[in-house]
Amino acid sequence: MSGARVLINAPATAVAGEVIEIRTLIAHVMETGHRMGAQGEVIPRNIINRFACRYDGAEVFTADLFPAIAANPFIAFTVVATRSGTLAFEWTDDQGTIETAAHSLIVT
Amino acid sequence: MADATPRPTLAEAIRKFANGREVQTGLLELDVPPLVENGNAVGVTVQIGPGIGVGLHVRRIGLFNEKNPLAEIALFHFGMPVPSPKVATRVRLATTQDVTAVAELSDGSCWESTVHVIVTLAACIEDLGP
Repeated sequence: MSGARVLINAPATAVAGEVIEIRTLIAHVMETGHRMGAQGEVIPRNIINRFACRYDGAEVFTADLFPAIAANPFIAFTVVATRSGTLAFEWTDDQGTIETAAHSLIVT
Repeated sequence: MADATPRPTLAEAIRKFANGREVQTGLLELDVPPLVENGNAVGVTVQIGPGIGVGLHVRRIGLFNEKNPLAEIALFHFGMPVPSPKVATRVRLATTQDVTAVAELSDGSCWESTVHVIVTLAACIEDLGP
């Protein structure tokens, strides 16, 4: 999934102490491992099993995902804007592929 | 596909998440459409209002289902206190069933909210394509 399409929707600026919503989307098949192919063979599971967001280096939000998450996982969550810094996002799938994205936030 | 051991029930999955603690109803708001046409992507939003209690914050939120092959949908961890936390995602539902969200607060108390979702076209039956 290297080079997967990623969309981040988050405010560019925020007031200190404000609760901001971050919306993320990544292109991924999220193959459940419960489906069978045309020859009746089980299609091996390959899902993004972990998502993490680091804010200025500190892990502020993580998610453990299961096959019940829809394809092209959408995850939205809230954080408190404390200081200007980078929001770094990381998705890890069953094959060990890691996708990353970043968003800079200016806090006034 | 053919699992020797059956999946845990919804109640067992919630008990495991709560680690034996009592789970109370209320506090969190689980927003799922009551009737969906397509179980392949059902929007789910979990919100906790400001009435949570002074000095308390949400540590974890778990999303569980009643009838999918696996009881868990997702586990969310908050690494920082957020006054009115919210998470949203899109889930697969194999059939008409209950969806439950459980939140664990910083004092260890657990709160749940359940929505019954009617699915007219289930996930997992889609065409595999070429």
